[in-house]
Amino acid sequence: MKIVVCLKRVPDTTAKIKPAADGRTVDPQGVEFIISPYDEIALEKAVQLKEAGTATQVTVLCLGPANATKELRKAMAIGADDAVLLTEDRDFRDPAATAEVLAAALTELAPDVVFCGWKAIDNDSATVAGMIAARLDFAYASFVVGIEGVEGQNALRVRREVEGTEEQVLVPAPCVLTAQRGLAEPRFASLKGIMKAKRKPLETKAPADAENASDLVALQPPPPRAAGRILGEGAAGVPELVRVLRDDLGVL
Amino acid sequence: MSQNVLVFLETDGDSLRKPALEALGAGRALADGLGTQLHAVIAAPNASAVAGSARPLPADVLHVVEDAALSTSLSGPACRAVRTAATAAAAGYLIFPATVRGRDLLAVTAGALHAGAAADATAIEVIDGTVQITRPVFAGKAVQIVAARRVPFCIGTRPNAFAAPTDGEPGSVVSHELPSAGDAPAATVEEVRAPEVRAVDLTEAEIVVSGGRGFKGPENFHLVEELAAALGGVVGASRAVVDAGWRPHDEQVGQTGKTVSPKLYVACAISGAIQHLAGMSSSKVIVAINKDAEAPIFKVADYGIVGDVFEVLPALSAAIREARAG
Ligand SMILES: Cc1cc2nc3c(=O)[nH]c(=O)nc-3n(C[C@H](O)[C@H](O)[C@H](O)COP(=O)(O)OP(=O)(O)OC[C@H]3O[C@@H](n4cnc5c(N)ncnc54)[C@H](O)[C@@H]3O)c2cc1C
Ligand SMILES: Nc1ncnc2c1ncn2[C@@H]1O[C@H](COP(=O)(O)O)[C@@H](O)[C@H]1O
Repeated sequence: MKIVVCLKRVPDTTAKIKPAADGRTVDPQGVEFIISPYDEIALEKAVQLKEAGTATQVTVLCLGPANATKELRKAMAIGADDAVLLTEDRDFRDPAATAEVLAAALTELAPDVVFCGWKAIDNDSATVAGMIAARLDFAYASFVVGIEGVEGQNALRVRREVEGTEEQVLVPAPCVLTAQRGLAEPRFASLKGIMKAKRKPLETKAPADAENASDLVALQPPPPRAAGRILGEGAAGVPELVRVLRDDLGVL
Repeated sequence: MSQNVLVFLETDGDSLRKPALEALGAGRALADGLGTQLHAVIAAPNASAVAGSARPLPADVLHVVEDAALSTSLSGPACRAVRTAATAAAAGYLIFPATVRGRDLLAVTAGALHAGAAADATAIEVIDGTVQITRPVFAGKAVQIVAARRVPFCIGTRPNAFAAPTDGEPGSVVSHELPSAGDAPAATVEEVRAPEVRAVDLTEAEIVVSGGRGFKGPENFHLVEELAAALGGVVGASRAVVDAGWRPHDEQVGQTGKTVSPKLYVACAISGAIQHLAGMSSSKVIVAINKDAEAPIFKVADYGIVGDVFEVLPALSAAIREARAG
């Protein structure tokens, strides 16, 4: 069973996000990049499945700038066998074009299973994985928190969590699965892994042609919040808070 | 190509879910802005009954797809239903409530239609005939505005961001058969374990009361539950609390938990780390209760009480219950 994990390079969770002067992109000043956290969870699970003998090969795939090789090397240090970077430098790739480009690359890679994060934490879209599945006509299961191989079948048995309901779902290959927190705890790369990753194959190539279905108009700071008001100390603040809730906010 | 608008109306038992009604409100405004028709689709095992009773429902045409296969939370059958309605409606814009299921359905429908997509919109506008969508990105640390370049185009509406319609009846009702699945192998549900009472999902809740590490242990979290109950809200938690095992994973608010956008968010004994703020800073009103006047949570709070939650929360819950009763 061959797994491809789709990894996106995104600003670190702690990064201060400030729109740049162009009003379209993030000011890169002081921003560190990481593998999007849910993708990292997906990667960890893929590597575990390989260690358990369920998967035979784990490839990581990224559409991103040339310096995303750093994140791909890290993924290989964690245990991926090889990597493909579809290199481009654009300030805006919309979900439709991203899915089209990744789907084209996946058609070439011909995996049994595609792992994605349920969402990438930069544009908070949660659409690319489902779009890929539909474009490729692959089976699809989202919010996966558990995976096991099925004896004698080219299929996986997964647990997914949807609004408090837990489901056990049989997913035949080829399929797309999205990782939710709880699926696996990402490990740190070992020194040995980092050394080995340097010699693992990393292919870079241009992405297939695809046109955005939307234009980026602007990236702006969030609407400013009015300065807050301290209503009091300790229980002495309670009557005023209740008044605010009742009279100003109308929630009581 | 037509620019009619189609809204997916997610159901909950015999009624429509609130985020679906908000999506309908957004759809009505968009169709009016474009000068086109508003269509809506109900796809459920009991779709006819819901279509007959759920009001207000101000769609020009209501499409009804009733089939037992639509009971699943997997998006395959619902996607076929929506595509059937979209064809019948000559829909250019498809709107989905950005609930857990709605987001998934948007993704697979957009993929199947090779359509554009903008998930989790907080505003939809028509500017010079172009549809512009405003959506929070980077967990609320920035706002992105995109414009649809072509149709079909799928839009998700964030819960609590759009007004639900207050009146209106469907102009006409059309029933459709659910098309059968193609030959491609699909996922199948083998077993479902549903909770006895399904709580309102945090991401859709109007009021969220969250507790942090300052509660010192799970045994004190009843204070948060009581305040949530008094306000008619849902309980959330910081990651510190979830990691410590005091509360379940699905209550975590923040960058690696849920993004909430309620009308009221009450943060109790939560410091306000950037990853926590990421999940709740787009709440309409934020109230913070923390004993440390310098806690970063006060920087985003609209109202604050500097104090000990063990003193403030019982008093606050009691005062709210009293205000409600009287
Ligand atoms: C990659 C990454 C992702 C993360 N994702 C998330 C996430 O999704 N969500 C999240 O919440 N965190 C997340 N975190 C963790 C985050 O950085 C903080 O550690 C966490 O939010 C702290 O939780 P807390 O506010 O409950 O605890 P603390 O930071 O310990 O704060 C406790 C607060 O309670 C106050 N307090 C103590 N006792 C009392 C009392 N008796 N009465 C009143 N106030 C009191 C204190 O003054 C303090 O402000 C993430 C971290 C990383 C590195
Ligand atoms: N540029 C990209 N390169 C690789 N994978 C991506 C990219 N964009 C999105 N994905 C995958 O799709 C998932 C969902 O992304 P999104 O729909 O943008 O929230 C991510 O968690 C990744 O697994």
